[in-house]
Amino acid sequence: MNATYAFLVGLVPEIAGWPAWAIVLISAGLPALVLFHFMALAPLVYVYGERKIAAFMQDRLGPMRVGPYGVLQTIADAVKLLFKEAIFPRGVDRKLFVTAPLLVNVGAFLPFVVIPWGARLQPADLNVGVFYVAAISAISTVGLIMAGWASNNKYALFGAMRSAAQIVSYEIPSLLIILVPVMIVGSLSLQDLTVAQAGGLSNWFLFRYFPIMPVAFVCFFVAGLAETNRAPFDIPEAESELVAGFHTEYSGFFFSLFFLAEYAEMFVVSAVTSVLFLGGYLAPLPALQQLGPLPMGWFWLWFKAWSLVFVMMWLRWTLPRARVDQLMHIAWKVLLPIALGLVVTVGGLVLWPVTASGFPWDRYVGWPLSLLLVGFLLVVMVRALLWNRRRAGELAYAGSAAAAGQGTR
Amino acid sequence: MSAASPGARIADWDQDGLDTDEMIVNMGPQHPATHGVLRLELRTDGEIVRRARPHIGYLHRCFEKHAENVDYPGVLPYADRMDYVASMGNTLGFALTVEKLMGIEVSPYLQTIRVLMAELQRIASHCVAVGTYTMDIGAFTPFLHLLRDREKILDLFEWTCGARLLYNYNWVGGVSHDVPDGFVRAARDFLREFDSVTFPELLDLIIHNRIFVKRIADVGVCSPELAISHDLTGPNLRGSGVARDLRKDFPYSGYESYDFEVCVGKGQYGPKGSCFDRNWVRVAEMRESSKIIHQALDRLEKLEKTDVHEKVPKRVKPPKGEIYFRSEAPRGQLGYYLVSDGNVNPYRVKVKSPCFTAMSVFHHLAKGMMIADVIALVGSLDIVLGEIDR
Repeated sequence: MNATYAFLVGLVPEIAGWPAWAIVLISAGLPALVLFHFMALAPLVYVYGERKIAAFMQDRLGPMRVGPYGVLQTIADAVKLLFKEAIFPRGVDRKLFVTAPLLVNVGAFLPFVVIPWGARLQPADLNVGVFYVAAISAISTVGLIMAGWASNNKYALFGAMRSAAQIVSYEIPSLLIILVPVMIVGSLSLQDLTVAQAGGLSNWFLFRYFPIMPVAFVCFFVAGLAETNRAPFDIPEAESELVAGFHTEYSGFFFSLFFLAEYAEMFVVSAVTSVLFLGGYLAPLPALQQLGPLPMGWFWLWFKAWSLVFVMMWLRWTLPRARVDQLMHIAWKVLLPIALGLVVTVGGLVLWPVTASGFPWDRYVGWPLSLLLVGFLLVVMVRALLWNRRRAGELAYAGSAAAAGQGTR
Repeated sequence: MSAASPGARIADWDQDGLDTDEMIVNMGPQHPATHGVLRLELRTDGEIVRRARPHIGYLHRCFEKHAENVDYPGVLPYADRMDYVASMGNTLGFALTVEKLMGIEVSPYLQTIRVLMAELQRIASHCVAVGTYTMDIGAFTPFLHLLRDREKILDLFEWTCGARLLYNYNWVGGVSHDVPDGFVRAARDFLREFDSVTFPELLDLIIHNRIFVKRIADVGVCSPELAISHDLTGPNLRGSGVARDLRKDFPYSGYESYDFEVCVGKGQYGPKGSCFDRNWVRVAEMRESSKIIHQALDRLEKLEKTDVHEKVPKRVKPPKGEIYFRSEAPRGQLGYYLVSDGNVNPYRVKVKSPCFTAMSVFHHLAKGMMIADVIALVGSLDIVLGEIDR
């Protein structure tokens, strides 16, 4: 709020003379309004992106009819969903049934309060930032259980129970891994965590402390996938098993609220991952931080988070779904030991820093290796893309040959 | 998974005063994963299924009674509608049965066309089976890749006989249309693409995918003894490691002269006869079918063309008698028992359906599974409700 006030006064100096209530209203309300609209409308873009990405991976076109290249399709779908009748099946607990999607959205939207979009572009710089995100986003679990219970449907109940077990299990490794950057920086504030990574690509936490941080990053991302119920951990809404899981009985507006929450949560997890490991709003090269007079921090955070969201979608359209017991196996027998090991190691490093005494190996060896890994991934992606192009060419050739064959009849 | 007997109370759960009860979940008849209108009554204890009973009959259309009231060529369109995913196999079986009863012997050219169509249909059917199976496991992309290639086979069928799903192609004594000019080339184009692109892609994307293997490699293990005693046939039987294929054992339509292998489940990743093996057999059979089609296309070019309606009788009126004939449809042995009283209508038609017998083993395998595994099991048996209920 103070940051917004300072920003606004910088723009229009007369604001400083306004009455106190107006200042509070405008400097707290404006960012909230902007953020809410940004976040609430963003799923329209994500859904369109997801459908186009899925279509690309599945060798089809995706939405093409409404607007050029189907860009207005999600808007049409959203309007349809909002105007549809909300059906309350017999035997549902109406109060809980209506409250549940709202509660899920509370858990999905409140974390945006502490996400830093720039050095001053942050609604509130809480000193317990990461902790706040973890605590608030856990509220949505309650909403899921409420939805499953209130629906009076066995599939919904199964979905709710699965999601409760899943999210509770994955909170533990993810919180332990959050401790890793927090211990290094010595602060829970997301702003401090970002600033600690200033100075270009090689200072991002992903590229430091070579074997530790990349592992932590991957584990945190996997746990994040599970917490947002995305594939391959989408068992609470496993379509082929539980019809639609906890939101089986929801329709119309209430269904779209769940949908909204899912995409908002995806963005939160990606944004927090970017802040913790990818330097948040910092540009890969310090020179790119500003574009003339325009600060580009918001762009970089948006770009990083959106890249991670893309990876989530990529995984969803590639991988099959894990089973319930396998999910628990991954959480308790794989991620948790790794996370504990990381915490202990990093704790040791904080107490007895390697870089202080001997050769600063993580400075010179670690980040090129990590960069090599990321580069390898990029090469694989580009090769897959080229292969797809080549295959499209082959298919076109086969098609023309078949057409030629038909011509001779 | 504890091995409690089905329906038994779990005594140790009640000891701490916690009141637990089993829950009955009706999966189906409208459910995304039951492959049609199948109802599974699951008695669940948490995620674990204690007892499962399949309820069938939601798609009963009186095929056998209909068949008694129409003439022999009139049965063929009804036979198309049994296993609607693999119609060519149904009509081929019925046409062969009537031909055997009437003593009609079709020309090698026609036999080759029939084999060609049956094997194309086998690939198309297995594309659907494997594709929907991957979707049951949660991967959506391979399904669309496989359906894309199935569309190409359907294009070939449409080009030949005008229909994409229910062909009425195999007639008693012939086929409805000769293959069009350029068919051989178009079919080769399709196969080149299928063999070199779709098939390796399928293996990469799903069959050797670690999550996929872990999900199904030790689920729904059906021993060879259980498979034989419940009369599993086709890929389900071969998945248990029993190399039985009518195309090899009792060849018809000149299958004895083609070079292909009978695929059996090898148990690469777990016990033999698991869901993975049944699915794997289907995947491998697509490759074998592709081999057969290549050979059939080579022959089709060399063989002298004959009129496809040459042997079609003006009036199909078999002599008095009865006959049982079975053929290897994509889903297993499809048998027709036919009684003729010398009239234009069959006196009785009885179908031995491979999916029906495959369903009979379900409740044995589903005991003690998790809910997600039940879906995997139903998918691996590859049932088509149109054929179970008829």
